[in-house]
Amino acid sequence: MNEHNVRNFNINFGPQHPAAHGVLRLVLELDGEIVERVDPHIGLLHRGTEKLIETKTYLQAVPYFDRLDYVAPMNQEHAFALAVEKLTGTEVPIRGQLIRVLYSEIGRILSHLLNVTTQAMDVGALTPPLWGFEEREKLMVFYERACGARMHAAYVRPGGVHQDLPHELVEDIGKWIDPFLKTVDEIEVLLTDNRIFKQRNVDIGVVKLEDAWAWGFSGVMVRGSGAAWDLRRSQPYECYSELDFDIPIGKNGDCYDRYLIRMIEMRESAKIMRQCVNRLLGDAKVGPVSSIDGKMVPPKRGQMKRSMEALIHHFKLYTEGYHVPAGEVYAAVEAPKGEFGVYVVADGTNKPYRCKIRAPGYAHLQAMDFICRGHQLADVSAILGSLDIVFGEVDR
Amino acid sequence: MSEALQELSSHIGEAAGGLVASADIAYGELTLKTDGARVIELLTFLRDDVQCGFVNLVDICGVDWPARAERFDVVYHLLSPRQNQRIRVKVATGEDQPVPSACSVYPGADWFEREAYDMYGILFTGHPDLRRILTDYGFEGHPLRKDFPTTGFVEVRYNDEVKRVVYEPVELKQEFRNFDFLSPWEGTDYVLPGDEKAKTN
Repeated sequence: MNEHNVRNFNINFGPQHPAAHGVLRLVLELDGEIVERVDPHIGLLHRGTEKLIETKTYLQAVPYFDRLDYVAPMNQEHAFALAVEKLTGTEVPIRGQLIRVLYSEIGRILSHLLNVTTQAMDVGALTPPLWGFEEREKLMVFYERACGARMHAAYVRPGGVHQDLPHELVEDIGKWIDPFLKTVDEIEVLLTDNRIFKQRNVDIGVVKLEDAWAWGFSGVMVRGSGAAWDLRRSQPYECYSELDFDIPIGKNGDCYDRYLIRMIEMRESAKIMRQCVNRLLGDAKVGPVSSIDGKMVPPKRGQMKRSMEALIHHFKLYTEGYHVPAGEVYAAVEAPKGEFGVYVVADGTNKPYRCKIRAPGYAHLQAMDFICRGHQLADVSAILGSLDIVFGEVDR
Repeated sequence: MSEALQELSSHIGEAAGGLVASADIAYGELTLKTDGARVIELLTFLRDDVQCGFVNLVDICGVDWPARAERFDVVYHLLSPRQNQRIRVKVATGEDQPVPSACSVYPGADWFEREAYDMYGILFTGHPDLRRILTDYGFEGHPLRKDFPTTGFVEVRYNDEVKRVVYEPVELKQEFRNFDFLSPWEGTDYVLPGDEKAKTN
């Protein structure tokens, strides 16, 4: 073959590919086995969430947030609840805050367990997902016992949380922590010093810190590149400022550092959960779990049987909903994948005028071309795995 | 928090007052308004100035206000990790009035601007690749505009006879229900008959 016949080779990766973590179509331009250009085609799971939220009341909008990043549903609801609370000036009682933090950390562990183990599967290890999913199943049961649904919780609502937790559930969550830490140790033994795992991840997908900021990265992606930046610490919401936990940061900004950070974050989340459990069984054992403002939070069933006012409030809140004062706010939480933000423009009615969902995965995925250029084809799936992409939130 | 925001706001007013049309603080957030001609200069200033340091582009999105002459707002959210501050920059623009692309300042603006173009039809000049991103290949219209129906215009299904996916006009078994819950007892824009008497003594 003479030089004129040499041309780049284009392949389609996805939309149905086990390493694509959902419905992603990547158009890859290859020179031999070296990736020259990556063009991600997204939107195959686009459901028009933002448009739908504009036609729903604030309470009816909550379940849409479960369906964004469906591996950690409550973290998304939390961001929306914070935005609405900021507009209405609602205070959440301490027991409600602790429950929110407890379940946010459960969500973080759910997401990191899925990501770490499936990323390992993308680079060739089959055992970690089997061990990780066993723990995820137990966490799903905690979700189910709190709100009745394994995934689509609709539990964190503006004003607080939907229902109180039974004490047995809190005790069971407390008992789950120690065996879980042992499982993390076991997964770590499989991966951290594993020669093949290191060959596939060390020095792959290196992102410098200034690039990470400019590309709009957040969460593990900037911490892996060496920024001590975590919204739970730097812009604390709920009661995170009262809790004791550490923020791991990376040195090299490669896939391996990001893996290590996720492993440490799971242990830190377990630490936060233990503090929440202790307080939920100790000083915050009783008390309201949501705001006592009857104009925003519906009354309990028992009250409705006795009080006419409660009955009226219930009817009004589930038909018309509450009105949110006009204005615009941006509220963000440190979701497992990065900064998950909600920008709400309210016009004083019972429906949001505009609700923009800022998903961390969207910003991370657009840098695929930037990160993958010059890597081998096999590294694409390793990088994609370590970006932690879930298409529910990228496509919205 | 709000003292620091005031300080930041006055610093921006002094150092780049010519680039900002207005600056206000609401709900503990600072919003700058500017126009399409000055936005790139303002974003570059916010990124490079030592006392700002907004190196992280959080989000770019559109908002539709059909009643206005310039119907769209392009809203930029920026984050300064060093100052631990957030800022919002708003630019009003019209349907056929392009906004300069922020890709030269923040490479991460690429997809956010594509999304704003896809959802609202806001045009960005100097964007490297302004294609649709979230909607279907060959989609027509801009779905997040307020005059676009929530149910859309076409639906797809697999047609067994022609052995491919076909597009058909959307057919609703039941009309799309959008209840108007706004109570006439609190805040109508007209005067209810008899209400004018309440004001007279």
